[in-house]
Amino acid sequence: MAEMKIPIGPQHPALKEPESFLISLSGERIKDVGMRLGYNHRGMEKAAEQRTYVQDVYLLERICGICSHSHSTAFVQAVEEIAGIEVPPRAKYIRTIVGELERVHSHLLWLGVAGHEIGFDTLLMYAWRDREIVMDILSLLTGNRVNYAVNAIGGVHRDIDDDQKAQILKAIDKLEERTKYYIEVAREEKTLITRLSGVGYLSKNEVLSLGAVGPAARASGIARDTRKDDPYAAYAQLDFKVVTDEHCDVYGRTLVRVGELMETYSMIRQALARMPAGEIAARAPRRVPAGEALSRYEAPRGEDVHYVKANGTDKPERVRVRAPTLANLQAVSKMLEGDNLADVPIVIAAIDPCFSCTDRMIRLVRSEQGDSGAEARSIGWEEMRVRGIEWYRGRGVDFADLNARLGARLC
Amino acid sequence: MLSGVVVPILNVLLFPGLAFLCVAGLFGEYFDRKLYARLHNRVGPPLLQPLADFVKLASKQELVPREADGRIFRAMPVAAVAATACAFLYVPMWGYDALFGFEGDLIVVLYLLMLPTLSFFLGGIYSTSLFASIGALRVVTQLFAYEVPLFLALLSPALMSGSWSISGIASFYGAHPWWWCFNLIGFGVGLTASLGKLEKVPFDIAEAETEIVGGVFTEYSGRHLALFHLAIDMEAIVVSSLLAAVFLPFGLGLDPALGFLIYCLKVAFVIALLTLLRTVMARLRIDQMMAFCWKILAPLAFLQIIACLVLKGALE
Repeated sequence: MAEMKIPIGPQHPALKEPESFLISLSGERIKDVGMRLGYNHRGMEKAAEQRTYVQDVYLLERICGICSHSHSTAFVQAVEEIAGIEVPPRAKYIRTIVGELERVHSHLLWLGVAGHEIGFDTLLMYAWRDREIVMDILSLLTGNRVNYAVNAIGGVHRDIDDDQKAQILKAIDKLEERTKYYIEVAREEKTLITRLSGVGYLSKNEVLSLGAVGPAARASGIARDTRKDDPYAAYAQLDFKVVTDEHCDVYGRTLVRVGELMETYSMIRQALARMPAGEIAARAPRRVPAGEALSRYEAPRGEDVHYVKANGTDKPERVRVRAPTLANLQAVSKMLEGDNLADVPIVIAAIDPCFSCTDRMIRLVRSEQGDSGAEARSIGWEEMRVRGIEWYRGRGVDFADLNARLGARLC
Repeated sequence: MLSGVVVPILNVLLFPGLAFLCVAGLFGEYFDRKLYARLHNRVGPPLLQPLADFVKLASKQELVPREADGRIFRAMPVAAVAATACAFLYVPMWGYDALFGFEGDLIVVLYLLMLPTLSFFLGGIYSTSLFASIGALRVVTQLFAYEVPLFLALLSPALMSGSWSISGIASFYGAHPWWWCFNLIGFGVGLTASLGKLEKVPFDIAEAETEIVGGVFTEYSGRHLALFHLAIDMEAIVVSSLLAAVFLPFGLGLDPALGFLIYCLKVAFVIALLTLLRTVMARLRIDQMMAFCWKILAPLAFLQIIACLVLKGALE
């Protein structure tokens, strides 16, 4: 059969965010995958340079709707390191607890999405119903279901009282029971195992050479977890093991995630029990002294890296974000090689992609020619301004005229 | 004289023909969706939702791709509905006899039920879009996987009763009550194969939304799509009635009202089983489905046939 090229994306029911995968097929088998990023660039890094550190916490929290706490924690950790702020231990524990609850909600969300991608909607409905338990707890602790706004530079905004503690423990018990059920489903449900085993294979060496992170790496037997390797917040004081698996495929990634859920419950219990009394925030200066820092955070999807460079003012000189999906994307085309077309959605979903968190740059291409005819060229501010004015003038909007009229009114 | 002409026409058009089948199809869809939703822990649609969906879809603008062959593209949904409605006339419901019947109508019904699948294929391939073409190829590949076990499964009651007409099979089991229990393996095989025929999970490979958007239906919209959906709803009723008539032939020949009730319960039972199966399973890949149908379903159907032949010899 002749080779066929199938576009999965930028708009496709399997993708929750726009991203383009051009799949070359021979029959139903994948021969090659072309990938393009940049459909969802939001200019956040640049925007961060124009806001104060305090404002940036809220801005960067909105990089991702699911791992929002990861991004804000990674950012405040970097700023605290530059400014030399000592974060009170209680604040560290609260960050850990919220971070782990976020992991629970993210993994349950993933489980549902994975079910949907393989046509197993029952799993989607069940997992998302149980996810509501942890969403309620998050909104109880922080006031928000997503974008918790609990982090501040130097600590956290909200304390956890005894009543809340009891409610968290109750919710965790319920979730643990449900997770045990999902582990049973994952180990016993035949169609699920048939669909996931051997799909999206990524060997140990490929993980190392492509730099995959998070559950994608751990499912290939590599115990790579920032919480263990470079402990931050209160993780150094908690006992937990890094869940790994030797399946190297999508099934292994499923087992790693449900296994991680069980570890997370025990971590939350430990953190609640060991949380010391005391302040929840240290006083942070408005201006941060010049310096730079790199902060690592184990988001539910893998290692999230923030780099912050300060220049002594109240605004950062540069903020750089490397979301975990960027590290895993290269691995996706490797995983897809030789698989079936039917496996594309689940293999992409198995890295738990977060494309809009990853997109950092737009590359302009001539649309008729596609990627091949693209020529990268950079233009300066002045040229860009002229182009903008011309573009609007071509559409009948003249800002020179508008400015003159506005000016007249202001005078 | 007049009633000799008018009654059959009314039978074909209204009850228990086309109009009844449409209503039953929409109600069957409601039942399936509601049960599916309840098993998911959702509320599910209200009673008239399938009808509302149909009316809304039918009133929408229809688009025919420029590259598509317009005539075949438009004809296929009608063909699917027509073939399904036609097949329904030969399936007995609450009596021993169907509206029409002749020796060999079992084969005809099976072929008529294959026509909707072929119309999906042609509709998909003639809409020329990438996703529809892949869906169309999957439709026929799938056809080769489930059609053989389905035919084999229906063969055993026919062999047992020595009749190739569905009414004949029903009469045979009416004369030999409880003999239908010997066909339970065949019922299981037929039920599983019907999931493929009705394009339901785990065999909804041809329109797997997350993989190939809408499969063969990707380019369809408006009333053409509405007709396709109606054809699938009607097919579900016809297939359930067929399975009920062939594999669950009891409670026939009673008082019409009671017989109708028993028929409805039987069809609801079959639909409920189909819904349950699609609730607990994930979608298979096309190669996995082929392997499953040929390596597991077909041998099971053969086992049923052998069991039937042995029993027939022993019992008579």
